[in-house]
Amino acid sequence: MLDLSKYQSIGAALKDALDQFADEVCLIESDREREKERLTYRDFKQRAHPLAKAMQDAGFKASDRAAIIMTNQSKWLISAYAIFYYGGALVPLDYKLTPEEHWQLLKHSSASVLITEYPIWRQLAASPSRASATNLKTILVTEAPPNADLSSAHRWEEFRGTGDPTFVPRQRSDIATIVYSSGTGGRPKGCMMTHENYLEQCIALTSIYPFAPGVRYLSILPTNHAIDFMVGFFGPFICGATIVHLRTLRPEYVREAFPKYKITYVSLVPLVLKNLQKGLQARFDALPPGMRKIFNVLVAVNKAFTKSQPRLALSRRLLKQVHEAFGGELRAIIVGGAFTEPQTLQFFYDLGIPVANGYGLTEAGTAITVNDLKPFRADTVGKPLPGMEVRIINPDSEGIGEVSVRSKTVMSGYLNEPELTAETIVNGWLMTGDLGRFDPTGHLQLFGRKKNMIVTEEGKNIYPEDIEAAFESLPVKEFCVFAANYIWPKRSMVGEQLLLVLHLEQGQTLTEELRRDISARNSRLLNYKRVHGLVLLNEDFPRTASLKIKRNILAERLAQQHRASAILPL
Amino acid sequence: MRTIDQTTQEVLTLASKHFQVPAGSLAPDDDFFKKLGIDSLQALELLSRLENHFGIELPDYEVQGVSDFRTLASRIQSRL
Repeated sequence: MLDLSKYQSIGAALKDALDQFADEVCLIESDREREKERLTYRDFKQRAHPLAKAMQDAGFKASDRAAIIMTNQSKWLISAYAIFYYGGALVPLDYKLTPEEHWQLLKHSSASVLITEYPIWRQLAASPSRASATNLKTILVTEAPPNADLSSAHRWEEFRGTGDPTFVPRQRSDIATIVYSSGTGGRPKGCMMTHENYLEQCIALTSIYPFAPGVRYLSILPTNHAIDFMVGFFGPFICGATIVHLRTLRPEYVREAFPKYKITYVSLVPLVLKNLQKGLQARFDALPPGMRKIFNVLVAVNKAFTKSQPRLALSRRLLKQVHEAFGGELRAIIVGGAFTEPQTLQFFYDLGIPVANGYGLTEAGTAITVNDLKPFRADTVGKPLPGMEVRIINPDSEGIGEVSVRSKTVMSGYLNEPELTAETIVNGWLMTGDLGRFDPTGHLQLFGRKKNMIVTEEGKNIYPEDIEAAFESLPVKEFCVFAANYIWPKRSMVGEQLLLVLHLEQGQTLTEELRRDISARNSRLLNYKRVHGLVLLNEDFPRTASLKIKRNILAERLAQQHRASAILPL
Repeated sequence: MRTIDQTTQEVLTLASKHFQVPAGSLAPDDDFFKKLGIDSLQALELLSRLENHFGIELPDYEVQGVSDFRTLASRIQSRL
């Protein structure tokens, strides 16, 4: 792999990687049973340089911001490379957001370039919010049908300059990306990540989980997400590894990809990992009693031999069929984006498939801690990565307090939000808002959150304020949304839910009609953003002079009710 | 060529078979996440069954954000 300590920017490192690993397979793209594309690093360069040149010819220069809204595919990475090559700052956006949310973030980020896919562009172009992103000058659309009317947008495939683009060097302290960690409500949190953040994070991660030519990484998590950007793009590239993209993320195609491409690493969110566990468990349960007995013995033997560290070769021999279903070359499943239940982690480890769980947040530069498997500890989120200083602020009698982090990987701040930045990064320490404690061996254990938010099993950060718009003009006196665990703290990261708190008008009751209205509004939200219950409060919400709800005081009042009886099912 | 009502009915029948709920217990405007208590991955599994039945390919982006049978049926209908 490249020695990243010698580099100043992502662009410079990627540029050298393309030359150093020219003959290695860089990308494989598959759609259902069909392999659509297979590119070497040399091919990749031949695709990316004309795009970078065309962008330079169009007047884009260092520090200009370019947004990508695409599903995981080769053109995502080619576009990102081109942006870094001409010194631009990348704004990777979640393709699952609504068109209105996309336009809001395009406006907030002041992106002057948008690169997107035709189906997404169709929806974006039809949205009335389009007029708001006035900074946008150039739109590139991939895979548009030949007869499609793109109006002012360009076809990505035809946007090619001739001749070599000029490489624009950047400094480590320059902004490389603006990553929205959440928030499409009133206060989008655009994390300004520097080139140094990525270079240092990559050095730390590859010291524990090294990639190399021949390693094949299955990229399933969206590439805009900090994890896939690191382990599904930058990390593999600077090591000459191969990235496999699937255009159809149905469970059966994901399952087929493991043996088909002999996958070495994959990153998953807990929801997908649990789904895999469920499928495997059902197959084990269906074994005839005799076979089941033998299987249980083999698992027990594997457990005994892998107690102190993974022994992949042994596990692959003992539990051959299980490992063959995963292609026989899987070294570890990286799980992130949200908290994973220990029994799920242990289930896979007992089968000889290590799960590299960890803990992190975009603001910290992806991962803060990672399980180093020496030994595997399902009950913790691992130890701090090299270069990460982690401390527990104001620990209680059990040693539990807020986790804070200081590292070269911590973001430089939130875009256009100096106050929020000052609240989040205090004297150089990033306040995570998560509660944790170190055990005597230096492993971090998490015990819930201090802040009013949830992280879903799909790895989505949901801030209650962001979904309140869905209940606007609800016929009640006032309402607000809370994370249940913020009102009634639970020493757990599992089963987090949102609640709608209602203050009804005097004499008003919770009628079926009102319930139906709430349910209808709720169902218009994406499924992972929905509220799960109602709480009634028969008093005015405490508010500031500017009429903002004092959420912490309101939560204290609500907490006086008993959790189980206060939450009414929706 | 099927009508949209026929397509919707076939979607409902296949969904009730796939998730093993009584035929007739699902309605076009039902939110399948809520009604069936399924997650997004389980919803994706149904899609493959629908693709086989209707002989079409339904790209993931076409069903992005869809949570009721009627809309799902209309996306299928547009590809028949």
